[in-house]
Amino acid sequence: MALELHPLEQFVIKPIVPMHIGNLDVSFTNSALLMTIAVLLISALVIVGTRREELVPGRVQSLSEIAYEFIGNMIDETVGEEGRQYFPFVFSLFMFILFGNLLGLIPYGYTFTGQIIVTFALAAVVFTGVTLIGIWRNGWKFLTFFVPHGVPVVLLVLLVPIELLSYFIRPFTLSIRLFANMLAGHTMLAIFGGFAASIGILGLLPLGLDVLIFFLELLVAVLQAYVFTILTCLYLNDAINLH
Amino acid sequence: MDLASAKMIGAGLACIALVGAGIGIGNVFSALINALARNPAAQVTPFAFLGFALAEATGLFGLAIAFLILFVF
Repeated sequence: MALELHPLEQFVIKPIVPMHIGNLDVSFTNSALLMTIAVLLISALVIVGTRREELVPGRVQSLSEIAYEFIGNMIDETVGEEGRQYFPFVFSLFMFILFGNLLGLIPYGYTFTGQIIVTFALAAVVFTGVTLIGIWRNGWKFLTFFVPHGVPVVLLVLLVPIELLSYFIRPFTLSIRLFANMLAGHTMLAIFGGFAASIGILGLLPLGLDVLIFFLELLVAVLQAYVFTILTCLYLNDAINLH
Repeated sequence: MDLASAKMIGAGLACIALVGAGIGIGNVFSALINALARNPAAQVTPFAFLGFALAEATGLFGLAIAFLILFVF
Protein backbone atom coordinates (compact mmCIF):
# COMPACT_ATOMS: atom_id res chain seq x y z
CA MET A 1 0.00 0.00 0.00
CA ALA A 2 1.35 3.38 -0.98
CA LEU A 3 -0.24 5.23 1.90
CA GLU A 4 1.24 4.84 5.36
CA LEU A 5 -1.81 4.88 7.59
CA HIS A 6 -1.92 4.14 11.30
CA PRO A 7 -5.62 4.56 12.08
CA LEU A 8 -5.52 2.34 15.15
CA GLU A 9 -2.87 4.44 16.89
CA GLN A 10 -5.62 6.48 18.54
CA PHE A 11 -6.60 3.47 20.67
CA VAL A 12 -3.16 3.03 22.27
CA ILE A 13 -3.23 3.34 26.06
CA LYS A 14 -0.48 5.69 27.24
CA PRO A 15 0.49 6.08 30.90
CA ILE A 16 0.34 9.69 32.10
CA VAL A 17 1.42 9.14 35.71
CA PRO A 18 3.38 5.86 35.88
CA MET A 19 2.65 3.90 39.05
CA HIS A 20 3.60 0.38 40.06
CA ILE A 21 2.56 -1.81 42.98
CA GLY A 22 4.95 -4.74 42.92
CA ASN A 23 4.68 -6.18 39.41
CA LEU A 24 1.25 -4.68 38.94
CA ASP A 25 1.03 -1.70 36.55
CA VAL A 26 -1.53 0.71 38.01
CA SER A 27 -0.45 3.78 36.02
CA PHE A 28 -2.89 6.63 35.57
CA THR A 29 -3.48 6.34 31.80
CA ASN A 30 -5.22 8.49 29.20
CA SER A 31 -8.11 6.04 29.41
CA ALA A 32 -8.40 6.59 33.16
CA LEU A 33 -8.13 10.35 32.64
CA LEU A 34 -11.08 10.37 30.22
CA MET A 35 -13.15 8.19 32.58
CA THR A 36 -12.43 10.62 35.43
CA ILE A 37 -13.44 13.57 33.24
CA ALA A 38 -16.65 11.77 32.24
CA VAL A 39 -17.59 11.05 35.86
CA LEU A 40 -16.79 14.63 36.92
CA LEU A 41 -18.88 16.06 34.06
CA ILE A 42 -21.85 13.80 34.87
CA SER A 43 -21.65 14.68 38.58
CA ALA A 44 -21.38 18.38 37.74
CA LEU A 45 -24.37 18.19 35.40
CA VAL A 46 -26.59 16.46 37.93
CA ILE A 47 -25.42 18.35 41.05
CA VAL A 48 -25.45 21.81 39.47
CA GLY A 49 -28.67 20.98 37.64
CA THR A 50 -30.57 20.14 40.82
CA ARG A 51 -28.99 22.63 43.22
CA ARG A 52 -31.61 25.32 42.72
CA GLU A 53 -34.85 23.68 41.70
CA GLU A 54 -36.82 26.21 39.77
CA LEU A 55 -40.29 25.82 38.30
CA VAL A 56 -39.03 27.09 34.96
CA PRO A 57 -35.73 25.22 34.53
CA GLY A 58 -32.61 26.84 33.17
CA ARG A 59 -30.34 25.16 30.61
CA VAL A 60 -28.38 22.90 32.95
CA GLN A 61 -31.40 21.98 35.04
CA SER A 62 -33.48 21.09 32.00
CA LEU A 63 -30.62 18.98 30.57
CA SER A 64 -30.40 16.91 33.72
CA GLU A 65 -34.20 16.69 33.91
CA ILE A 66 -34.38 15.45 30.31
CA ALA A 67 -31.79 12.75 31.05
CA TYR A 68 -33.63 11.76 34.25
CA GLU A 69 -37.04 11.54 32.56
CA PHE A 70 -35.60 9.70 29.56
CA ILE A 71 -34.19 6.89 31.70
CA GLY A 72 -37.21 6.94 34.02
CA ASN A 73 -39.61 6.45 31.11
CA MET A 74 -37.38 3.75 29.63
CA ILE A 75 -37.50 1.73 32.87
CA ASP A 76 -41.25 2.27 33.29
CA GLU A 77 -41.96 1.07 29.75
CA THR A 78 -39.72 -1.99 29.79
CA VAL A 79 -39.64 -3.23 33.40
CA GLY A 80 -42.55 -1.48 35.11
CA GLU A 81 -42.97 -0.30 38.70
CA GLU A 82 -40.55 -2.86 40.17
CA GLY A 83 -37.69 -1.61 38.04
CA ARG A 84 -37.71 1.79 39.76
CA GLN A 85 -35.31 0.64 42.47
CA TYR A 86 -32.64 -0.08 39.86
CA PHE A 87 -32.91 3.44 38.41
CA PRO A 88 -29.61 4.74 39.88
CA PHE A 89 -27.59 1.95 38.29
CA VAL A 90 -29.24 2.24 34.88
CA PHE A 91 -28.92 6.04 34.92
CA SER A 92 -25.21 5.92 35.81
CA LEU A 93 -24.60 3.28 33.15
CA PHE A 94 -26.32 5.34 30.45
CA MET A 95 -24.57 8.59 31.34
CA PHE A 96 -21.14 6.94 31.63
CA ILE A 97 -21.38 5.32 28.20
CA LEU A 98 -22.94 8.40 26.61
CA PHE A 99 -20.23 10.72 27.93
CA GLY A 100 -17.52 8.21 26.99
CA ASN A 101 -18.81 8.05 23.43
CA LEU A 102 -19.25 11.81 23.09
CA LEU A 103 -15.92 12.73 24.69
CA GLY A 104 -14.25 10.32 22.28
CA LEU A 105 -15.51 12.36 19.34
CA ILE A 106 -13.40 15.37 20.33
CA PRO A 107 -10.44 15.42 17.89
CA TYR A 108 -7.16 14.12 19.36
CA GLY A 109 -9.19 12.76 22.24
CA TYR A 110 -9.51 9.21 23.39
CA THR A 111 -12.46 6.82 23.40
CA PHE A 112 -12.47 4.53 26.41
CA THR A 113 -15.61 2.77 25.15
CA GLY A 114 -13.48 1.69 22.17
CA GLN A 115 -11.58 -0.69 24.48
CA ILE A 116 -13.13 -4.14 24.65
CA ILE A 117 -12.04 -4.62 28.26
CA VAL A 118 -14.03 -1.54 29.35
CA THR A 119 -17.22 -2.55 27.53
CA PHE A 120 -16.82 -6.16 28.63
CA ALA A 121 -16.42 -5.11 32.27
CA LEU A 122 -19.63 -3.06 32.00
CA ALA A 123 -21.49 -5.92 30.31
CA ALA A 124 -20.17 -8.45 32.84
CA VAL A 125 -21.42 -6.28 35.71
CA VAL A 126 -24.86 -6.07 34.04
CA PHE A 127 -24.97 -9.81 33.35
CA THR A 128 -23.84 -10.88 36.83
CA GLY A 129 -26.11 -8.38 38.53
CA VAL A 130 -29.17 -9.33 36.48
CA THR A 131 -28.60 -13.05 37.05
CA LEU A 132 -28.20 -12.53 40.81
CA ILE A 133 -31.35 -10.37 40.92
CA GLY A 134 -33.24 -13.08 39.04
CA ILE A 135 -32.11 -15.81 41.44
CA TRP A 136 -32.68 -13.60 44.51
CA ARG A 137 -36.23 -12.62 43.53
CA ASN A 138 -37.44 -15.93 42.09
CA GLY A 139 -35.31 -18.58 43.78
CA TRP A 140 -35.22 -21.90 41.96
CA LYS A 141 -38.13 -20.79 39.77
CA PHE A 142 -35.58 -18.68 37.89
CA LEU A 143 -34.47 -21.86 36.08
CA THR A 144 -37.89 -22.05 34.37
CA PHE A 145 -36.66 -19.07 32.36
CA PHE A 146 -34.69 -21.54 30.22
CA VAL A 147 -37.74 -23.75 29.57
CA PRO A 148 -40.13 -22.28 26.98
CA HIS A 149 -43.86 -22.64 27.67
CA GLY A 150 -46.14 -25.04 25.78
CA VAL A 151 -43.43 -26.95 23.96
CA PRO A 152 -43.46 -30.76 23.52
CA VAL A 153 -40.96 -32.54 25.76
CA VAL A 154 -39.08 -33.93 22.75
CA LEU A 155 -38.32 -30.43 21.51
CA LEU A 156 -37.16 -29.29 24.94
CA VAL A 157 -34.02 -31.41 24.54
CA LEU A 158 -33.14 -29.16 21.65
CA LEU A 159 -34.52 -25.85 22.94
CA VAL A 160 -33.09 -25.74 26.47
CA PRO A 161 -29.44 -25.80 25.32
CA ILE A 162 -30.24 -23.06 22.78
CA GLU A 163 -31.89 -20.94 25.47
CA LEU A 164 -28.93 -21.51 27.79
CA LEU A 165 -26.46 -20.58 25.06
CA SER A 166 -28.36 -17.44 24.08
CA TYR A 167 -28.45 -16.43 27.74
CA PHE A 168 -24.76 -16.90 28.41
CA ILE A 169 -23.73 -15.21 25.17
CA ARG A 170 -25.42 -11.97 26.27
CA PRO A 171 -22.42 -10.27 27.93
CA PHE A 172 -20.34 -10.92 24.80
CA THR A 173 -22.86 -9.56 22.30
CA LEU A 174 -23.57 -6.59 24.56
CA SER A 175 -19.91 -5.64 24.90
CA ILE A 176 -18.83 -6.40 21.33
CA ARG A 177 -21.70 -4.33 19.89
CA LEU A 178 -20.55 -1.15 21.66
CA PHE A 179 -16.85 -1.85 21.16
CA ALA A 180 -17.13 -2.63 17.43
CA ASN A 181 -19.24 0.45 16.77
CA MET A 182 -16.71 2.73 18.41
CA LEU A 183 -13.71 0.96 16.86
CA ALA A 184 -15.12 0.92 13.31
CA GLY A 185 -16.40 4.51 13.45
CA HIS A 186 -13.20 6.06 14.77
CA THR A 187 -11.01 3.96 12.46
CA MET A 188 -13.12 5.09 9.49
CA LEU A 189 -12.70 8.75 10.51
CA ALA A 190 -8.93 8.27 10.85
CA ILE A 191 -8.63 6.50 7.48
CA PHE A 192 -10.47 9.23 5.59
CA GLY A 193 -8.46 11.81 7.53
CA GLY A 194 -5.29 10.05 6.34
CA PHE A 195 -6.52 10.18 2.74
CA ALA A 196 -7.30 13.88 3.05
CA ALA A 197 -3.82 14.62 4.37
CA SER A 198 -1.96 12.68 1.69
CA ILE A 199 -3.51 13.55 -1.69
CA GLY A 200 -3.27 17.34 -1.81
CA ILE A 201 -6.10 19.45 -3.22
CA LEU A 202 -8.22 16.37 -3.99
CA GLY A 203 -8.18 15.74 -0.25
CA LEU A 204 -11.16 18.09 0.10
CA LEU A 205 -13.35 15.20 -1.05
CA PRO A 206 -12.46 12.75 1.76
CA LEU A 207 -12.47 15.72 4.16
CA GLY A 208 -16.10 16.46 3.25
CA LEU A 209 -16.91 12.79 3.65
CA ASP A 210 -15.25 12.87 7.08
CA VAL A 211 -17.56 15.69 8.14
CA LEU A 212 -20.59 13.63 7.09
CA ILE A 213 -19.25 10.51 8.87
CA PHE A 214 -18.74 12.66 11.96
CA PHE A 215 -22.47 13.40 12.06
CA LEU A 216 -23.22 9.69 11.63
CA GLU A 217 -20.82 8.99 14.51
CA LEU A 218 -22.62 11.57 16.66
CA LEU A 219 -25.86 9.67 16.02
CA VAL A 220 -24.18 6.32 16.67
CA ALA A 221 -22.61 7.56 19.93
CA VAL A 222 -26.01 8.47 21.38
CA LEU A 223 -27.76 5.48 19.84
CA GLN A 224 -25.29 2.90 21.15
CA ALA A 225 -25.53 4.31 24.68
CA TYR A 226 -29.32 4.01 24.30
CA VAL A 227 -29.09 0.45 22.95
CA PHE A 228 -26.78 -0.69 25.74
CA THR A 229 -29.13 0.76 28.35
CA ILE A 230 -32.39 -0.51 26.87
CA LEU A 231 -30.94 -4.01 26.51
CA THR A 232 -29.93 -3.83 30.17
CA CYS A 233 -33.54 -2.88 30.98
CA LEU A 234 -34.88 -5.77 28.89
CA TYR A 235 -32.56 -8.22 30.65
CA LEU A 236 -33.72 -6.81 34.00
CA ASN A 237 -37.31 -7.34 32.88
CA ASP A 238 -36.52 -10.97 32.01
CA ALA A 239 -35.09 -11.51 35.48
CA ILE A 240 -37.84 -9.70 37.44
CA ASN A 241 -40.99 -10.71 35.54
CA LEU A 242 -40.42 -14.36 34.61
CA HIS A 243 -42.37 -15.00 31.37
CA MET B 1 0.32 -15.93 -2.65
CA ASP B 2 2.25 -13.64 -0.33
CA LEU B 3 0.94 -12.40 3.02
CA ALA B 4 0.23 -8.81 1.95
CA SER B 5 -2.10 -9.77 -0.88
CA ALA B 6 -3.78 -12.41 1.30
CA LYS B 7 -4.50 -9.68 3.87
CA MET B 8 -6.03 -7.45 1.20
CA ILE B 9 -8.28 -10.26 -0.04
CA GLY B 10 -9.25 -11.18 3.50
CA ALA B 11 -10.18 -7.61 4.35
CA GLY B 12 -12.26 -7.39 1.19
CA LEU B 13 -14.05 -10.62 2.04
CA ALA B 14 -14.74 -9.39 5.59
CA CYS B 15 -16.54 -6.37 4.14
CA ILE B 16 -19.15 -8.67 2.58
CA ALA B 17 -20.78 -8.56 6.02
CA LEU B 18 -21.93 -5.04 5.18
CA VAL B 19 -24.36 -6.48 2.60
CA GLY B 20 -26.46 -7.85 5.43
CA ALA B 21 -26.32 -4.60 7.37
CA GLY B 22 -27.46 -2.70 4.27
CA ILE B 23 -30.41 -5.02 3.72
CA GLY B 24 -31.30 -4.89 7.40
CA ILE B 25 -31.19 -1.09 7.68
CA GLY B 26 -33.19 -0.73 4.46
CA ASN B 27 -35.80 -3.12 5.83
CA VAL B 28 -36.04 -1.26 9.14
CA PHE B 29 -36.63 2.13 7.57
CA SER B 30 -38.95 0.88 4.81
CA ALA B 31 -41.08 -0.71 7.53
CA LEU B 32 -40.98 2.55 9.50
CA ILE B 33 -42.16 4.57 6.47
CA ASN B 34 -44.89 2.01 5.80
CA ALA B 35 -46.09 2.17 9.38
CA LEU B 36 -46.04 5.97 9.55
CA ALA B 37 -47.80 6.28 6.17
CA ARG B 38 -50.63 4.02 7.31
CA ASN B 39 -50.92 5.45 10.79
CA PRO B 40 -49.09 8.75 11.33
CA ALA B 41 -49.91 8.59 15.05
CA ALA B 42 -47.99 5.32 15.55
CA GLN B 43 -45.30 5.62 18.22
CA VAL B 44 -42.76 3.35 16.55
CA THR B 45 -39.79 5.62 15.77
CA PRO B 46 -37.76 4.67 18.89
CA PHE B 47 -38.13 0.99 18.02
CA ALA B 48 -37.02 1.74 14.46
CA PHE B 49 -33.85 3.38 15.73
CA LEU B 50 -33.24 0.48 18.10
CA GLY B 51 -33.58 -1.89 15.13
CA PHE B 52 -31.30 0.33 13.06
CA ALA B 53 -28.61 0.24 15.73
CA LEU B 54 -28.86 -3.54 16.14
CA ALA B 55 -28.73 -4.14 12.36
CA GLU B 56 -25.86 -1.73 11.88
CA ALA B 57 -23.82 -3.37 14.64
CA THR B 58 -23.73 -6.73 12.85
CA GLY B 59 -22.27 -5.10 9.74
CA LEU B 60 -19.74 -3.21 11.81
CA PHE B 61 -18.47 -6.49 13.28
CA GLY B 62 -17.34 -7.37 9.75
CA LEU B 63 -15.91 -3.91 9.15
CA ALA B 64 -13.99 -4.06 12.43
CA ILE B 65 -12.54 -7.43 11.41
CA ALA B 66 -11.45 -5.93 8.08
CA PHE B 67 -9.70 -3.05 9.88
CA LEU B 68 -8.03 -5.46 12.31
CA ILE B 69 -6.75 -7.61 9.43
CA LEU B 70 -5.40 -4.57 7.56
CA PHE B 71 -3.82 -2.58 10.36
CA VAL B 72 -3.05 -4.90 13.26
CA PHE B 73 -1.78 -8.23 11.95
